[in-house]
Amino acid sequence: MNRFEYVKPRSLDETCDLLKKGGTAKAGGIDLLDRMKEGISKPERLVGLASGQPEGARIVVDGEGATIGALATLAAVAADRRLAKFYPALVAAAGEAATPQVRNRATVGGNLLQEPRCWYYRLNDFDCLRKTGKNCPALHGRNRYHAILGYGPCPIVAPSNLAPALVALGATAEIAGGPSPRPVEGLYAPPDDTKRFFTLAPGEVVTAVALGPVGENAYVEVRHKRSFDWALASAAVARRAGKGWRIVLGAVAPGPWRAKEAEAALGDGVPDAAAIAKAADLAVKGAKPLSENAYKVKLARVAVTRALTEAAGGR
Amino acid sequence: MAKKKIRVGFPADVKEIEVAVPDGDSPPWDLDTKLAVAGTDVERLDGPEKASGRARYAYDVNLPRLCHAVVLRSPHAAAVVDSIDLSPAEKTKGVVAAVGVASGARLRYQGEEVAAVAAETEAIARDALAKIAVVYRPAEFVTDKDRARREGAPLVFPEMGTNVREAGPQGRDAEKLEEALRAADVVLDSTYRTQVQTHVCLETHGCVARWEGKGDEERLTIWASTQATNAWRSAFARRYRLGDRVRVLTPYMGGGFGSKFGPRTFEMWCVELARKAGRPVKLLADRKGEHLANGNRPDSVQRFRGGVTKDGKIAAVAIETYGTGGVSGGAGATNPAFYEVPVFSKTHSDVFTNAGPACAMRAPGWPQGVFAWDSFVDELAAAIGMDPLEFRRKNDPDPVRNAQYDIAAKEIGWDRREADGAGRGPVVRGFGIGNTQWFQAGGGSWKVVTKIHPDGTVEVRNSAQDIGTGTRTVLAIAAAEELGLRPDRIRVALGDTRDPDGPGSGGSQTAPSLFPAARNSAANARRAFLEAIASKMDANPDGLKLEDGFVLDTASGKQLAFAEACALLPEEGITEVGRRYDNYDGYKNTVAGTQFAEVEVDRETGQIRVVKVVAVQDCGQVIDRLTAESQVMGAVVGGLSYALFEDRLLDDRFGRMVNPDMLFYKIAGPVDMPEIVPILFDVANGKNNAGMMGLGEPPAIPTAAAIANAASNALGVRLRELPLTPDRVLAAIEAAEKGGGR
Repeated sequence: MNRFEYVKPRSLDETCDLLKKGGTAKAGGIDLLDRMKEGISKPERLVGLASGQPEGARIVVDGEGATIGALATLAAVAADRRLAKFYPALVAAAGEAATPQVRNRATVGGNLLQEPRCWYYRLNDFDCLRKTGKNCPALHGRNRYHAILGYGPCPIVAPSNLAPALVALGATAEIAGGPSPRPVEGLYAPPDDTKRFFTLAPGEVVTAVALGPVGENAYVEVRHKRSFDWALASAAVARRAGKGWRIVLGAVAPGPWRAKEAEAALGDGVPDAAAIAKAADLAVKGAKPLSENAYKVKLARVAVTRALTEAAGGR
Repeated sequence: MAKKKIRVGFPADVKEIEVAVPDGDSPPWDLDTKLAVAGTDVERLDGPEKASGRARYAYDVNLPRLCHAVVLRSPHAAAVVDSIDLSPAEKTKGVVAAVGVASGARLRYQGEEVAAVAAETEAIARDALAKIAVVYRPAEFVTDKDRARREGAPLVFPEMGTNVREAGPQGRDAEKLEEALRAADVVLDSTYRTQVQTHVCLETHGCVARWEGKGDEERLTIWASTQATNAWRSAFARRYRLGDRVRVLTPYMGGGFGSKFGPRTFEMWCVELARKAGRPVKLLADRKGEHLANGNRPDSVQRFRGGVTKDGKIAAVAIETYGTGGVSGGAGATNPAFYEVPVFSKTHSDVFTNAGPACAMRAPGWPQGVFAWDSFVDELAAAIGMDPLEFRRKNDPDPVRNAQYDIAAKEIGWDRREADGAGRGPVVRGFGIGNTQWFQAGGGSWKVVTKIHPDGTVEVRNSAQDIGTGTRTVLAIAAAEELGLRPDRIRVALGDTRDPDGPGSGGSQTAPSLFPAARNSAANARRAFLEAIASKMDANPDGLKLEDGFVLDTASGKQLAFAEACALLPEEGITEVGRRYDNYDGYKNTVAGTQFAEVEVDRETGQIRVVKVVAVQDCGQVIDRLTAESQVMGAVVGGLSYALFEDRLLDDRFGRMVNPDMLFYKIAGPVDMPEIVPILFDVANGKNNAGMMGLGEPPAIPTAAAIANAASNALGVRLRELPLTPDRVLAAIEAAEKGGGR
């Protein structure tokens, strides 16, 4: 690990200022410290986010919606009964992530903005497009956990559990130091951009996510292990009055993946089994699996089916 | 030498045998022996120490002026070190010593040790490591075992001229085999595959080394994470010609599973760094180094051809196996003789590849071999339409295991098992069996010391280590039984080579090797103790008994508390040695076990959830029921993790591992745990004075087979490759739907 400076700013303004000057934001540190230990990231200055935002972990839920501080822990989100009443998809996604220990430390903002877990990127034993390389070793290598949809030259998957749920719920990110609010899905860089993972500019920091009123919603995750594992595929679905359904897949694309054709096919009613099956087929239409991950197409389809079935009141 | 008749076995199969008991050995326990402590539930004596963090492991040892070392490992699967210059590291402020391979060294796998640096802090050592100038000349490599077998593949050891080493064939001639197969009603040909598994000891390999004194007074002390303190002591005594001036300490150990016998290169370097620096040095492997270089269970490809008759008897089996242990051999899969197979043949070849060396891992060769064997047995049973339990009963001659089948079938509810693939709905249920065997009655001529002090404390000492298997508690029970005390009154000192030699903890031998010696030493101490206090109690020593914490004079009925009696001892107390004598013929040479698994499989996602595992296990006389049950449970946990999750993944284009961590090298966690029901099946074995047999390995063998058989029963589709990942399960279902065979 490189030597670094750790700064605790006294205000949000100071936080943005330090980040603008090249500082690296640190919330729970779960993802960042792993990268630093492997030497993939070598920040010279870490900027602790907590000291500048005394209210940064607050969760406010009222009749109109909810605002969740970006520094709220996954454990706090998973345990919040008011959130569970209106946003079961979000609470399920938070509760499925990692382990109790990690959830006690990991934050909402950190979960959204953690870097992909591609092993070729994460290990200093390999070079890749995201580092100094000209080729992606995953495209024709060990890619059982990589993307099947919407990827460009780098088939990473966004590892965030919360992202599919928040995007399905139509959440916006409140951002200090730049234009705000912005849709959560807009935080992820487009798939052909291999220079960055996220769209936040230097000096910008996500301070909260905001949710409006939403109807039925659900989140289903398929993984290999039941303890401490990443999703192999996940799906979050939500219905909003007058706006229809959102269907968002996780762990299959570089960002949370909106299955827009499937959404359009569903309309805005409560779907029956036939409509759900059709939507699930459409959700994975156009999937281009790599050499080792064709199984993910099936899993994504099942996740969509099960999430819609759950949201529609079945099991 | 006294002849003695003992009754051995278990109630449904009792044998009376005559054993010749050497002078000095305690009377052998048998079915008629009444025991006060052995066989009961005794809580682990070191449990509170471990749970509270007070137990000191090698990692916890901190000494004045301690330096910290780190290792530089080869990034290449194959390379020659054209040149190496340690001096930039050595010149770094805060660095105290550096060592490394010589120029010209040939490196054969990613992670092989290249150099090590010791410094005031680990951070300085890491920075300095990056300054070592190594010029590697990368060479052609091969990490894929099938590619390695082909003509023209890069050679791991060019001097061998091939990457394949054939083991000698076992069993009958080819002609007899083909004849037997022709005579069978059904012949099957199935190939099974297993993965490379790494040990993932929670405490990584490593040690702390300290040199003291000069010249003939030079002494070396090592705190090592090892399962063989004595092997370490002799390795370093030889290397540095130190005679008896080496002391190895392993008071506690955080997991070895077969990977921590002799010192590895970087551990030798730790000792050398300490010598060069003239300061103590600590060096423990990091997780990546652990995965890459510090041992693994080899993979396997096992082709079974076998015939069966319609009435359910196995007619013949021919097995061809190969596998890779990376740069080491020993990749044989053990396909044990559980079943009566009239005609049997086996061939095996080790394939060398440019990957980290395999080494012993909890029942080396067995879990993979039994996964294939018991899967094939299920396939044979299915081919003639017979229930796999009934089929096993017809072919399994072991009386103990046949009795265990009844217990396991009842406990799991075998009558709930439906025909293969009979379940409906996305989640289907299945049941499966895996069997096990082991052969360890202990041995050696080890000595154990028992001391009784005037202050009432009792000590039992041997230099062997407790690697987490409960040896400390087990030896306390030996003394408690002989001295009429509670086990928590006994202090057991292990893992210090100043005490009498003990075995390395391999082959499940520690307890059955040391317990009989501990019994003898405690019995000798009892006799000496009673002798010493008899005159002070005005009693005849022959009339004195030790019972329930009291000395009882059977002649007068007088009682004296043990501690009060100890106060009558001379200042030096009692010190007695007892030794291990040769084994007897006993009831039988093997122990038997069977595991029954119940699983749920999600046919849409390929996820397998293990619901319950019933593990019925014989280990001869049970010493500590609680620890033994825990050991069985731990074995099932490991077997489940092997069956479903663990897999060392290499990228053959680069010759490098893609998951050298604990995230993508997947290990079962708490939520993955099934209900585990350990049932110890009591057998008076009679092979040593306690009638006990080793338990560490046998229950780790059959779990994967039981789970795979259960999942295959649930799906009606045979799963022939470990680990049973969702993608493999889905692919097997799809292949079956397309009519791709059985």
